[in-house]
Amino acid sequence: MRIEPASTDAAAAARALRPLSIAIAALGGQGGGVLSDWIVAVAERHGWLVQATQVPGVAQRTGTTMYYLETCPPPAGGAQPVFALMPVPGDVDIVLAAELMEAGRAVMRGFVTPDRTTLVASNHRVYAITEKSAPGDGIADANAVLAALNGESRRLVTFDMEAAAAASASAISAVLLGALAAAAVLPFPRALYEQAIRDSGVAVAANLAGFAAGFTRALADAPPAGATATAPAPGSAAGKRLDAEVRAAFPAHLHGLVAEGVRRLMDYQDGAYAELYLTRLQAVLRRDQRADGLHHGFALTAAAARHLALWMAYDDTIRVADLKTRSGRFERFRGEVGAVPGQIVYVSEFMYPRFQELCETLPAAFGERLARSALGARLPPPLFRRGRRIGTSRITGFLALYALAALRRWRRGTLRYRTEQGRIDAWLARICANGMDYELSVQIAACQRLIKGYGDTHQRSMRNFSAIMEFIDRDPGRPDLAAQVRQLRTAALAAADDDGRELRAALQALIDQPARPPAG
Amino acid sequence: MAERSFAHEVEKLRIPAGQEFRGEGILAVTKALLQSVVGYVGGYQGAPISHLMDVLADAQGVLEELGVHFEASASEAAAAAMLAASVNYPIRGAVTWKSTVGTNVASDALANVASGGVLGGALIIVGEDYGEGSSIVQERSHAFAMKSQMWLLDPRPDLESIVRMVERGFELSEASNTPVILQLRIRACHLYGRFRTGANRAPPFTLQDALENPVRDLSRIVLPPASFQHEQEKIERRWPAALDFIRAHRLNEFFGAAGGAVGVIVQGGLYNTLMRALELNGVADAFGNTDMPIYVLNVTYPLVPDEIMQFCAGKATVLMIEEGQPEYIEQNLGMILRNAGSQTTVVGKDLLPRAGEYTGEALRRGVESFLRRYAPARLSSAAARSAHSARPQVSKAVQALAAVLPLRPAGFCTGCPERPLFTALKLLERETRPLHLSCDIGCHLFSILPPFNLGNTTMGYGLGAAGAAAFNAPRGKRAVAIMGDGGFWHNGLTSGVANAVFNRTDAVLVVIDNGSSAATGGQDILSSRADNKTKSTKHSIADAVRGVGVTWLRSIDRTYDVARMRATLRAAMIAPEKGLKVVLAASECMLNRQRRERPRESRAIAAGARVVRERFGVDSDTCTGDHSCIRLSGCPSLTIRPNPDPLREDPVAHVDNTCVGCGLCGEVAHAAVLCPSFYRAELVFNPTPIERLFARLRGKIIGLLQGIADTRRLRRAY
Repeated sequence: MRIEPASTDAAAAARALRPLSIAIAALGGQGGGVLSDWIVAVAERHGWLVQATQVPGVAQRTGTTMYYLETCPPPAGGAQPVFALMPVPGDVDIVLAAELMEAGRAVMRGFVTPDRTTLVASNHRVYAITEKSAPGDGIADANAVLAALNGESRRLVTFDMEAAAAASASAISAVLLGALAAAAVLPFPRALYEQAIRDSGVAVAANLAGFAAGFTRALADAPPAGATATAPAPGSAAGKRLDAEVRAAFPAHLHGLVAEGVRRLMDYQDGAYAELYLTRLQAVLRRDQRADGLHHGFALTAAAARHLALWMAYDDTIRVADLKTRSGRFERFRGEVGAVPGQIVYVSEFMYPRFQELCETLPAAFGERLARSALGARLPPPLFRRGRRIGTSRITGFLALYALAALRRWRRGTLRYRTEQGRIDAWLARICANGMDYELSVQIAACQRLIKGYGDTHQRSMRNFSAIMEFIDRDPGRPDLAAQVRQLRTAALAAADDDGRELRAALQALIDQPARPPAG
Repeated sequence: MAERSFAHEVEKLRIPAGQEFRGEGILAVTKALLQSVVGYVGGYQGAPISHLMDVLADAQGVLEELGVHFEASASEAAAAAMLAASVNYPIRGAVTWKSTVGTNVASDALANVASGGVLGGALIIVGEDYGEGSSIVQERSHAFAMKSQMWLLDPRPDLESIVRMVERGFELSEASNTPVILQLRIRACHLYGRFRTGANRAPPFTLQDALENPVRDLSRIVLPPASFQHEQEKIERRWPAALDFIRAHRLNEFFGAAGGAVGVIVQGGLYNTLMRALELNGVADAFGNTDMPIYVLNVTYPLVPDEIMQFCAGKATVLMIEEGQPEYIEQNLGMILRNAGSQTTVVGKDLLPRAGEYTGEALRRGVESFLRRYAPARLSSAAARSAHSARPQVSKAVQALAAVLPLRPAGFCTGCPERPLFTALKLLERETRPLHLSCDIGCHLFSILPPFNLGNTTMGYGLGAAGAAAFNAPRGKRAVAIMGDGGFWHNGLTSGVANAVFNRTDAVLVVIDNGSSAATGGQDILSSRADNKTKSTKHSIADAVRGVGVTWLRSIDRTYDVARMRATLRAAMIAPEKGLKVVLAASECMLNRQRRERPRESRAIAAGARVVRERFGVDSDTCTGDHSCIRLSGCPSLTIRPNPDPLREDPVAHVDNTCVGCGLCGEVAHAAVLCPSFYRAELVFNPTPIERLFARLRGKIIGLLQGIADTRRLRRAY
């Protein structure tokens, strides 16, 4: 019950007795309705009057659902309060939100205000379709939302309730109820909440565990987790030698990033390949130093360190087979699918081996000839027309991939290796070209990010990459070219319709506009 | 089987008279029907009255005890036509549907029953799907009441008032020989509250009595000259009778002080929101005590002129609070006052939003500007205490949120069997270039939203094929129409399939058969595969389609086979035959299936039977963060997470624990030649001893080989 500051006015005293208002923002399937039912039961058990309503409908199918409750002690003399059916901005006491963006939405709709509202919200994310379908990183800015939650609520109780629910094998609705009980805005004792869970008679033990987890965590009010792992130290002699080389040659703030690249390429191929990486990267560093990289924070070397390592560790069939057969991967998927220790898990991979991949894995000269041969033209259809499921946890499937992974030592001889090294060298040559604008070099380095995926996806992304490189070659002296390349890269990543329409349109627009503004 | 079972709650319908009933609004309406001696009930499901249909279906036992006939009608038109039973006999009937879309469908029958009039009370309960949470066109049911001369009830949203209006509604219907519409807004349908019960009563005159002693009255049949007589009757007899009843039984209510220079007239359904708005402006308390005169229209059509004159007497200005547009009541009010020579002015839409839902905030602002302009003295004394006058401007951080917060469009559920159809269509469009897609009403309409972005129009329930009728002019590409099984049986079989056969339409129609009316809550329909105790199911859509003359028909029983689905659609697009090509895509609604299979599987595991559970996953090692798989699927369980790789910046795809193992993501990876990151895991519960032995052997061999590889890798490691 909200008690207004002392007032002598009798009418004002009557007005001070107002229902508490509670809004619940949840996504379909998060159990917002169950949560609402529990609160109704708690309030009634406490002898309070309560009304609850909701707006479901298509919102239940993955959209946002809003539940709204009002509750107050029965007034003297049997008067009946008029409960509202929807929250009014600025007039909500408690908001429960089962997801970070939904908490943000409640703030945006004005239901969370600094003078009134206790906000109990999970800070985990359920990504919306627009965030998920972006080809690059389309995730909304969580910090902007957290800042608003902090700034707009009277009190904020937030932690990862989804994780807490998973840890207690419960549902997020139970954790939210626990956090609500611990937030102590409602005058109901803990036992009543637990009784409500028991009375509902569904998954009682699990929900009580979730409630307890939410209650304990909300009381402790721990800050949200988000630690970043530090790069591990080298363990082998070769690793230590390369690490020393990194430390001797590169600016200190890039050591972690370059070391990560070295680590990746040793794992990918061997120490000599990592050596090649460092040699290439040092060429970029020299170019950086010539261009007064110090004043740019060595942004070019940083971009190249990341993207060169990723490109050199290109995903060929050998790499995929290697990653798929590792012991660590077996442990990981068992964990991901929730297998208990000792449980049998059969795993099948969805592979689509194409004729092209076969040729690429063969020795370069032979693979090239086969790709162009008459046999090649006849072979593909029956053998390569459909996807295959390879049972990695069975002997035959495992052996096939294991043998493929063992081709690693002959990788340098494959057609794919020759192709990729040629592409990498051409890309590095562009980056290091004399007289190139510094920012443009950085942008070219970052274009590696466009190269993604396998099969058709890889071909498409390679086409996008090449289209941008060709655009640069048209007129490398074009003013503003760096900004344009950045713009094109964004267009390529935003082209969610997969046919590169947006990139083509962006390219055409740039080509059509005069390269240099008319004089005068 | 419907999405939500009310089997437990319907026991509340047996609560004896004089006790407190607690529960959802929809359940209270059902109880009120039983207290009102209703003889028959029918309707068509759809939010927000789906639960009313579900409650009635689950309440068969109680209904049978009382001799009440319940019909899950084939459409709203069929439900409305049921009211014919009240034309000649003293039998009360109630029908229900989603409005205004359902009322559109029902209009033909409604106009006829309203013309001839009724002897037994006829109540039409419409769920007004308007404002937040609505999925349909934003219109008002009010116009239907006016055009056919039916009375419209809009009760105050508390259960006591709603129940009373159900009971009085039947009496009003009988007193004026007119069908009565009871309008319930979304929140009122789902309102949890309480009321004091009356006794359930069995109808004294039954449907069997009617069949034994049929009554025929030519003057009740809509054909000249009776039809002309009906119109005269409506004006001369039924209207005045209704006004008398409304007055005599005080269906409309007066609150607050009697005098004063200003007052508020409000639709009953908005009363609670108005009271909160008045309270926030400091002119009412939380218990509805106010000195502001309020006239509550629990009957919004027809208006009672002398009640209005009485309320407006001595007032300079009244505020009319009427949700939606056009503002029929406000216009009518102005005319009544003008004709009577009253000096009272009416304000309404000039202070309140002209369109859109009347939310708490909209009414708070509206009331505030009303008081500011017409009763500033009240506002100034009260506003100081209002929490709102001090509410600070919205901060920059909050304003910035608008750009950050992602929209959450509705989408297909995890494992939905309709999703692969649209994946296949999207892949087909890579070959054909964009197609014209005529959509229908149902879950499948989510195809128009991300990630599929497929579909050009939707013209109403069951009208997907009819919406493509004009495009019978194919040169290279054919138009594609979508129709769900719900829409198919509602009217699509005739308006779509038969229409196309008759007109020799050269187009492709995909009928999605998921075994239930999924979008409205999983109710059974004619072609459901489930056994239903009271309904006849398992009638094949294929037979019906062939029966009206379709010759090109392909059926797919497992829609998750994307490659086959695409091949079938391609075949339909290029088939040399002219005429309608029908692809029947049948897989059960995954929500329904999981509801049934999950408990069964858990029981089997507990009993020690060998059970294999499928799950899908993505290897973050090999995922490059392109998200093509998501753009071709949109499954809620296929999501993203930050890339664990410190070098890569884009988030990786990830299958979370809500995966039901439908396998679509793997199929998509194959059909679209995407990537090798997807894996399928089969978790074996209670394996056989031999299987255990082999697994151990395999584990040994694989572990040995992995050990060798690990050692080698360690040798070259960082």
